[in-house]
Amino acid sequence: MIQVIQQGLLDTIQDGGRYGYQHLGINPGGAMDRAAMYVANILVGNDPEAAVIELHFPAAVLLFEEDTLIALSGGDFGAMVNEQPLDINQPIWISQLSILRFTKPVSGARCYIAIRGGLNNTPWLGSHSTHLKAGAGGFEGRKLQKNDRIPVNHVDEDIDKALHQKYLHTTQLGTPLPWRADVRDLYSDGSVIRVVTSLEYPALTPQSQSLFTSHFFTLSEQCDRMGYRLKGPALQMVHEEERLSAGITRGTVQLLPDGHLIILMADHQTTGGYPRIAHVVSADLPILAQLQPHSRITFQIIPHDEAEELLIAAEQHLHFLQNACNLRWQEWLQHNQK
Amino acid sequence: MNTDYTINPLGDHSLIIEWSQEISAAVHDKVMNVYNHLLTMQLPYILDIIPAYASLTIVYDILLVRREQNNNAFTTIKSLIAPALTAPLVHREQPKRLLEIPVCYDPSLGLDLATMAAQKGISESDIIDLHTSQTYTVYMLGFLPGFPYMGKVDDRLATPRQKKPRLNISAGSVGIAGGQTGIYPLASPGGWNIIGQTPVKMFDPALDSPCYCHPGDEVKFIPISLREFHKKI
Repeated sequence: MIQVIQQGLLDTIQDGGRYGYQHLGINPGGAMDRAAMYVANILVGNDPEAAVIELHFPAAVLLFEEDTLIALSGGDFGAMVNEQPLDINQPIWISQLSILRFTKPVSGARCYIAIRGGLNNTPWLGSHSTHLKAGAGGFEGRKLQKNDRIPVNHVDEDIDKALHQKYLHTTQLGTPLPWRADVRDLYSDGSVIRVVTSLEYPALTPQSQSLFTSHFFTLSEQCDRMGYRLKGPALQMVHEEERLSAGITRGTVQLLPDGHLIILMADHQTTGGYPRIAHVVSADLPILAQLQPHSRITFQIIPHDEAEELLIAAEQHLHFLQNACNLRWQEWLQHNQK
Repeated sequence: MNTDYTINPLGDHSLIIEWSQEISAAVHDKVMNVYNHLLTMQLPYILDIIPAYASLTIVYDILLVRREQNNNAFTTIKSLIAPALTAPLVHREQPKRLLEIPVCYDPSLGLDLATMAAQKGISESDIIDLHTSQTYTVYMLGFLPGFPYMGKVDDRLATPRQKKPRLNISAGSVGIAGGQTGIYPLASPGGWNIIGQTPVKMFDPALDSPCYCHPGDEVKFIPISLREFHKKI
């Protein structure tokens, strides 16, 4: 069990998302930064889409009731176990009764904790993701609160036995294992966001089309799991016309009636009627998920087939990391198994 | 071949089929026909199919497609769904579900009933009669889990959304926005004109089928008294 001993701003359980229910108005949700969820999970040998805790800063203070292997990825919130600082993107052995706290927002907007074995909450409609509006999924359908005790799946494989053996009498409360995942390629240049154009893009005035890619946009204070409202030059359509509501997706860039843009994120509504200008490519959604309000971004339009290739490349990079992690564990076992 | 729809990418992981942009039973029947066909085909790679007034959005898993196919994912999905689009507009083998939804139109629940009546120069009971005298089609669900967008209301009832949305509308509230009528499944902020409230739970996450209405359902509202409302809630 993991105990919440102090509540954070918005800490929820998320996984790869809940698909198959959008025709009922139930959005997929899931981790905002899927790459970080993936990396945290593979570092501890989990399924890449196993349930993780998604933290926003200021984040919860957590007590680990048992010895546990964890990994942090995504944002760096200055994690400390007792008074010892911990790095992200590394497997960390946590001794029982250790307290994990997050001291400062060093980088990124969302930090993910994967726990070896994964979290053991009852899934809702096939997913562990917390659906805040529905009040279902994750931990009782809500954000984590003080005194919550989150159940963890118990694993007892060779790695677990060897870890217990090795760290049985350790006095150190958080022990990083000596390897880390290099995720730099997954977040390339954090200020350029690649998009493909959408159906109403041609209906923008030529001047607005040019502003869309030449001018920068700033993330406003209104940026959350539902969407990011941007500040920037107001864009205009050649002529306004009524549009019927239709299905929309994560990454859709809509033009609001005031001429400003909103990017739909994980908890977006399933349908919408505002003009669709562009869509952030899937490969760049993790970059966007780690940006804070006031960050500046520039949109770069790329061809549709290139967007697919970018996602394939990102996926290959993650597979490469997963294989490398597994190899490290094998080597580590050889040295530490008696 | 002449087609009456277009297919376009909607970002890199979904596509959208769009018909003539109008709210009509004829167009929606086409949408639902393709939707139902696609469901029976049980295609791989597809994560979600979202029917709306005059469109179908298909969300797919690029990585799954690319693991098994040599083609670009959009092209692959487009050819997979083709048979559903060329299929003739069948008359449904099974009739549409008709849901009878009890609604209490007491002014204590129908917060905008009096204002609407005054605006339109008709009585509150005229509004109730007009609202309950026809069946509606659930064109789509959206905005909130289980929120049905239904139409089309009698022209005399059509009312634009409120300029200043209310901060908290009770779950079960029945409203009108333009020519549409809908039900708030959960308490929420919102701008629809509220004319009544149903005691029926429109959304219940504890059920296997958590949403009371599904796309394509027919709905008829049955007026009930405040006493009946409180008995049922």
